[in-house]
Amino acid sequence: MLTDQERQEIEAEVARSFNRRAACVGAMRIVQARRGWVSDEAMGDLAEALTMTADELEGVATFYNLIFRRPVGKHVVKVCDGAVCWMLGGQSLMQHLETQLGIKAGGTTADGLVTLLPICCVGDCDHAPVMVVDDTMVRDLTPEKIDELIANGFEVTG
Amino acid sequence: MERVLTTNFRPGLPPMNLREYEAAGGYQALRKAIKEHTPGEVVQVVTDSNLRGRGGAGFPTGQKWANLPPCETCEQPRIMIANLDEMEPGTFKDRYLVENDPHQFLEGLLIACYACRSELAYVFVRDVYRKPAAELIEQALAEAEQAGYVGRNVLGSGWNCEVHVHMSAGRYICGEAMGILNAMEGRRAIPRTKPPHEVASGAWGKPTVVNNVETYCCVPHIVLRGAEWFRGLGKAKDAGTKIYGVSGRVKRPGSYELPMGTTLNELLDEAGGMQEGYQFKAALPGGASTMYLGSHEMDVPLEFEALKEIDCYFGTGTAIVVDDRTCIVGLTHNLQQFYARESCGWCTPCRDGLPWIEKLYRDQEEGRGKPGDVELLGELARSIGRNTFCALALGAIVSIESSIHKFRGEYDDHIRLGRCPFRDGH
Repeated sequence: MLTDQERQEIEAEVARSFNRRAACVGAMRIVQARRGWVSDEAMGDLAEALTMTADELEGVATFYNLIFRRPVGKHVVKVCDGAVCWMLGGQSLMQHLETQLGIKAGGTTADGLVTLLPICCVGDCDHAPVMVVDDTMVRDLTPEKIDELIANGFEVTG
Repeated sequence: MERVLTTNFRPGLPPMNLREYEAAGGYQALRKAIKEHTPGEVVQVVTDSNLRGRGGAGFPTGQKWANLPPCETCEQPRIMIANLDEMEPGTFKDRYLVENDPHQFLEGLLIACYACRSELAYVFVRDVYRKPAAELIEQALAEAEQAGYVGRNVLGSGWNCEVHVHMSAGRYICGEAMGILNAMEGRRAIPRTKPPHEVASGAWGKPTVVNNVETYCCVPHIVLRGAEWFRGLGKAKDAGTKIYGVSGRVKRPGSYELPMGTTLNELLDEAGGMQEGYQFKAALPGGASTMYLGSHEMDVPLEFEALKEIDCYFGTGTAIVVDDRTCIVGLTHNLQQFYARESCGWCTPCRDGLPWIEKLYRDQEEGRGKPGDVELLGELARSIGRNTFCALALGAIVSIESSIHKFRGEYDDHIRLGRCPFRDGH
């Protein structure tokens, strides 16, 4: 069941969209912002609200890198693997994170705190290597900076 | 040199709000366009200015607008899309423009809407630009609406214009001119067959214009100061100034507004040259989809026309500088991983060909390269390049072909040594 607040936000998204279907990515993001991910049940509810079939909506969901159809951790850490970050050591930073967190890219820590993902170039190349913690850019990364982030539970302020 | 697009930038401070922007002369161009010119006259001045699309393809902007079917015969509304899906690896210019002067961008978009007689515009923003770029655009929109620049009866002209932000969810192909239409419609963002071109039948079958953010940012200045002035800003054949970018092991990576036609040498000087202990080896002058330029090509003007003469795309104008300690094969492998992953899967050569290429590069890097692999890569690039539905795979193959052509020795070293010669510990 979509909550009343989710429905309200979705209707606001629909109101500024060309038609109901055009609001579907925004609608999935509204649910994801509150629940972290979009479950099968939520997909069914959303499809109905948007007058799409569940399969049509699934087709859109799976097309995008940042619509999560499986549960994710409290924080989603997206490590840039673009060309410039690669040149400036991004790959070893990903390995550093994997070792320190004890998970592989794509995984979530057992305590549900962090999901680690690679992401294509995030357009911040003059500060490479970079990563995005939830919606916040973390720039000019070093292993020490990453260790600090791990130590404070990935709480960053934008 | 004259700064145009970055005049209002205040490094380290928030961008100008509406009042500050107006005090600096902001929205005078929109006023002038609406009060003194017909939409057709605005299209004409942009055409005469020789402004070319800053997203990568370089299509003449005025011509694109003039290609819209006549208003009387075509379906309404006409839709304007501002492409802020900046996902070309190595590119960060549109973020720079929007984060430092959101009103300049919005004014340009509004003038374009007026010129194209459009009443509905969408700003298509990539997911990771939610903060602060998208938030700044929303703020600017709210201020502009309050001031009567957006909404019903703009500046008392009788013309209405709605502008909305569309947040995407991360997929490179959405930035493609036809893919973006499907993305807007809430469908998988696969490309579409042309014709019909989007100006005739675009999003929801309506006439649609898609322009890059930087393109819109140029428009207010052209309207205020004229086509001839704008053409005179370029150093070589193309017009205007350009937000160039430099990344890699240079002293001052960043964005630089310079005259169109600036050379790689000059750009590198702006960025303070290479970091101590590193030498220049190559550059991808305009993002991942442009070819490697070597040290013998550093005096070619970075612009659409001059680069075309050496069969290179200009792309986004944001240069990735490659130093002498970076492996060209490894870097090209990184690019191929990107393209293989971001292929939308719609057509076979791209969907199946790019992962094959990626695997061949992985073999090179991991010591499994075999004699004949380089020839196979060349053959794959040739047979994929002209046979795909859209330009994504074309972007992928330019780095393959140019690296084989200019840095063949590095490939041969990988095969001969059975490892990557640039890896630490060997």
